[in-house]
Amino acid sequence: MSVTESTPVLRDERRELASLTVRAHTATGRYAAAAVATILVGLLAWSFAINEAVGWADVRSYLFNPRILQGVVVTIEITVVALAVGFSSGLLIALMRLSKSPVLRSIGVVWVWFFRAVPVLVVLIVANNLSLLYPDLGIGIPGGPMLFGIETQSVITPFLAAVIAFGANEGAYDAEIFRSSIRSVPKGQSEAAQALGMSPRLSFVRIVLPQAMRVAVPPLSNNTINMLKGTSLVSYIGVADLLYTSQSIYSQNFKVIPLLMVACLWYLAMVSVLTVGQSLLERRLLNGSRRSRGDLTLQKELFNHG
Amino acid sequence: MAEPIIDAIDVSKSYGDKLILDQVSMSVHQGDVVCLLGPSGAGKTTFLRCLNHLEQPSSGAVFLDGELLGYRRAKDNLVELSAVEVAKQRQRIGMVFQQFNLFPHMTVLENIIEAPTKVKGVSKSDATDRARELLDSVGLLEKLHERPERLSGGQQQRVAIVRALAMEPEVILFDEPTSALDPEFVGEVLDVMLSLANRGTTMVIVTHEIGFARKVSARAVFMDQGKVLEEGSVEDLTDNPQFERTRDFFGKVL
Repeated sequence: MSVTESTPVLRDERRELASLTVRAHTATGRYAAAAVATILVGLLAWSFAINEAVGWADVRSYLFNPRILQGVVVTIEITVVALAVGFSSGLLIALMRLSKSPVLRSIGVVWVWFFRAVPVLVVLIVANNLSLLYPDLGIGIPGGPMLFGIETQSVITPFLAAVIAFGANEGAYDAEIFRSSIRSVPKGQSEAAQALGMSPRLSFVRIVLPQAMRVAVPPLSNNTINMLKGTSLVSYIGVADLLYTSQSIYSQNFKVIPLLMVACLWYLAMVSVLTVGQSLLERRLLNGSRRSRGDLTLQKELFNHG
Repeated sequence: MAEPIIDAIDVSKSYGDKLILDQVSMSVHQGDVVCLLGPSGAGKTTFLRCLNHLEQPSSGAVFLDGELLGYRRAKDNLVELSAVEVAKQRQRIGMVFQQFNLFPHMTVLENIIEAPTKVKGVSKSDATDRARELLDSVGLLEKLHERPERLSGGQQQRVAIVRALAMEPEVILFDEPTSALDPEFVGEVLDVMLSLANRGTTMVIVTHEIGFARKVSARAVFMDQGKVLEEGSVEDLTDNPQFERTRDFFGKVL
């Protein structure tokens, strides 16, 4: 009997089935998994909360300690300056890699290759020891006399070394993001700009770059967050950032875990601020129509895109 | 006869050893409406793009009001002008694309006033007034603050036409302006183009809309395999073609 044929009886059964309401089947497995996970997380949180070694009182008393706050400021300073160095060098290298000149393209490739291949910690230590490599910095004739120079040791502070190392590293990664996001803008966009008589510079700044940024912001923010955390490496060269300060305090009072907790909380806070900033920026750049989406609350924004 | 606005002489273009355009010549005078017709791959779009130097001819020259486009003479050679100099020349030539190419990060108004304010230095309020006027003339004034993505294809293409008009070009190039549209929106775009033609706008149009070409009593240029095969009124070409290829083509599209 073929499927399309039906006896009167079958026909009625089918009608009855067709009249029933649809409901989702009970996800027993999913409920069980959620319950188990909740219990495990709860136990972990409990064990942590009642753990004497955490020393919550100490955490509270050191959280806003002036030295710790100073460390937070240093971490932010390194991040912000290195970010500026990274963005500008990244954009420059991206433009070199998109250039028609094979020489500029190659230099861009080598730059990216070098700073992606050498660990940032190594670059950091080399930058900090630059005076051993170049005792004097200045402008001169290669192999000839120095026209203007200054002792390396007097300029390259550990802070500057940190900014150079993280900036160069960030720049190499950002360059790849800028390059691919610029290339993702359809060719028709710059052609339309050209056809309107816009110069290449105007077309890039007003038409191509804003659209490229829509694509670039999420990965750039990701890199920025990575870098902020990565700056904790500066404790190797004795810059008094958040981690280094926490360590130097606990090396005196041996409150190791409370001070590491303090550092964790501050990193969590700083990264959270960056994450919120990222979603706000993304929303701004993606505003298909800013006005019609005004009804979305900030809260919704944060929880949907965290 | 007056100086043609566009005078293309022996324009050729090749990619590698593939010849796309083979010595195409054409002049366009003030108020002319020229339709470039022909099968796909005939080189119509490439030729149109040579007329505002989006495509650089491999040889031959295009003159805009008697001025050599995109090159200058250096003794026995033509030397490429700087991008800024070419941009200056392009201000006088409008272009409307098959895919509209509106700027998605800007509103309709911002799309229209961007070039007049940033390129020509028109004040923002003057440019806005003009934009309103032009948008009103194509029936889209209420879309002033919308983003292009919220407009239908036909509306987007009408905005694109307004964007080109806002620069007050001497000639407007249309590259298959209705080919990317759903059939229901073709008419509204052709209507706008028809009223432009009736107002004496100089236009060069790559199109497959023979009916439209007939209606604006355009001069038709039939291209095939990178060459101009014949030209004349649309009726001449459709009713009395001189070449087998022309007859074949119109036999299929009409």
